[in-house]
Amino acid sequence: MGRLAAGLAVAALLCAPPPVHSQSAEQADQPSEKTWAEIKDNIFNGITLEDGSGLVALETPLRAEDAAIVPVTMRVTLPEGDPRTVKRLTLVIDENPAPLAGVFDIGPSGVTAISTRVRVNSYTYVHAAAELSDGKTYVVKNYVKASGGCSAPASKDETEAAANLGALKFKQFSAPDEASEKTREAQIMIHHPNYSGMQMDQVTRYYIPANFVEELKVWQGDSLVFTMNGAISISEDPNIRFTYIPNGADHFRAEARDTKGRVFKAEWPAEAGAM
Amino acid sequence: MHITAINKIACAFGALALFLFASLGHAAATETPLPVKQIAPGVYVFEGAVALMTSANNGAIANVGFIVGDDAAAVIDTGGSVREGRRLAQAIRSVTDKPVRYVINTHMHPDHVFGNAAFEKAGVTFAGHKNLPRALASHGQNYIDKFRQFLGEALIAEVKIIPPSLLVTGEMSLDLGNRPLTLRAWPTAHTDNDLTVFDNATGVLFAGDLLMLQHIPVVDGSVRGWLSALNALEGIKASQAVPGHGPVVTNWPEAIEDDQRYLSLLARDVRGLVAKGAPISQAASAAQSEKDRWGLFNEYNTRNATAAFAELEWE
Repeated sequence: MGRLAAGLAVAALLCAPPPVHSQSAEQADQPSEKTWAEIKDNIFNGITLEDGSGLVALETPLRAEDAAIVPVTMRVTLPEGDPRTVKRLTLVIDENPAPLAGVFDIGPSGVTAISTRVRVNSYTYVHAAAELSDGKTYVVKNYVKASGGCSAPASKDETEAAANLGALKFKQFSAPDEASEKTREAQIMIHHPNYSGMQMDQVTRYYIPANFVEELKVWQGDSLVFTMNGAISISEDPNIRFTYIPNGADHFRAEARDTKGRVFKAEWPAEAGAM
Repeated sequence: MHITAINKIACAFGALALFLFASLGHAAATETPLPVKQIAPGVYVFEGAVALMTSANNGAIANVGFIVGDDAAAVIDTGGSVREGRRLAQAIRSVTDKPVRYVINTHMHPDHVFGNAAFEKAGVTFAGHKNLPRALASHGQNYIDKFRQFLGEALIAEVKIIPPSLLVTGEMSLDLGNRPLTLRAWPTAHTDNDLTVFDNATGVLFAGDLLMLQHIPVVDGSVRGWLSALNALEGIKASQAVPGHGPVVTNWPEAIEDDQRYLSLLARDVRGLVAKGAPISQAASAAQSEKDRWGLFNEYNTRNATAAFAELEWE
């Protein structure tokens, strides 16, 4: 993921919510596709992008309450009987210092939706792209009003954040998705500050080295559910909720690696309701 | 008001004088002492507006105050702009000749620390929670950038982030001359750098934003931590409490109940959402029953609920 590394090189700060809510003062920024036009060929290797309307849904708040934790869902809804599957979901936050927020390579577990939380630095278009098994990439966009999400650390409790670094948690939701009786949802969470490399340690006066979760893999038994390649636009404590089709495996496992090379692993039994 | 004054001077001295006056003398000509009230012998408080920080209100939305001892005075929070800080300094000079020896910041938020530069001079020591320097280092520039659009360039240009050099872990006593103050650093609650100040002579407790009245509590630390801090705060035998926002209260500790109720409801509702597997995007439905009880509810409740969700989903 060289592009992610390149994005990091120009990445701005980690993100923390300022204590006062964005007020009515509107930013002058109007929705613009200018940035998208400049970055899309680099992100998607110049391939032709298809209009994903009706196929890909992108759920974002129009106005984010906390620019450091902006909930985003990418969802692919294939017509009944359509044999195509989802190969990759890509999330781009156009105006962020590192626009490529996350790339999710989908394994054979039938993932059709990914939700996560991102930092939004300024009013921006957010693009979701779904590469399907037909080899085509389908794109949709939303405009999100949020700012400041990438310009300060997110930790509300920096001591606790350091103490819990790398702790993983897995949740399995028993309620089936309305789209398919077979589909289940689960959520993987990891305690990690996702440091950007632009923050100064007040004591040492040195910048805290960049350190974020760059790869996160989840398996159902031995079958890969997805691999996330992430960067600093993913909020502190990366949190991925996803749909999947149970394959009968009796356990899930996850492995995360941060940019310091630290690896965090955990395993959980599959719950009855989730199987 | 200052427009009239400027016009008169413009007539008398011409355009050059106007320019000099406007650029050099503006602050002195228009700033009056902050209207503080004495709530106990030697204890003075200015109650900020329950509002968001704007250029019109000079960022003066938090309660600020000072305590005067036999030898010196201590300032407790400096307000949301250097202009407010200077007005607070004028208010101090209007009631005492004693020098300001300490400036105590109750936590990192801009409405409490942006006035610090008004007090920066030899002989003044800034005091705060042991985590405050770290918090200001990581958030300070972001606050300046973020609040430029609300306060305007003129107010923001003066702001200087000044971290404390006197750091409090647990409890610390400061003496202003027969006037011992007890500073107490709290575990993560409203923020991870909350500090309270207790005036032993009068029993007045400056609670900082651990106590927010009329202004909806803002969770920028830990909802669980804040609830347990409130339980401990309740045990302090105070004659009066100065909240970070809202009126000074004498019905202590009953006054704490509003915050306890809101935060308990927020935690209960968010836990309910987490338990039924709701996504974080539905967090906003939490604590809606509190809507009519608080100022700025719409501005902060969803944020609080989102923050609480991100905290409580780890339980």
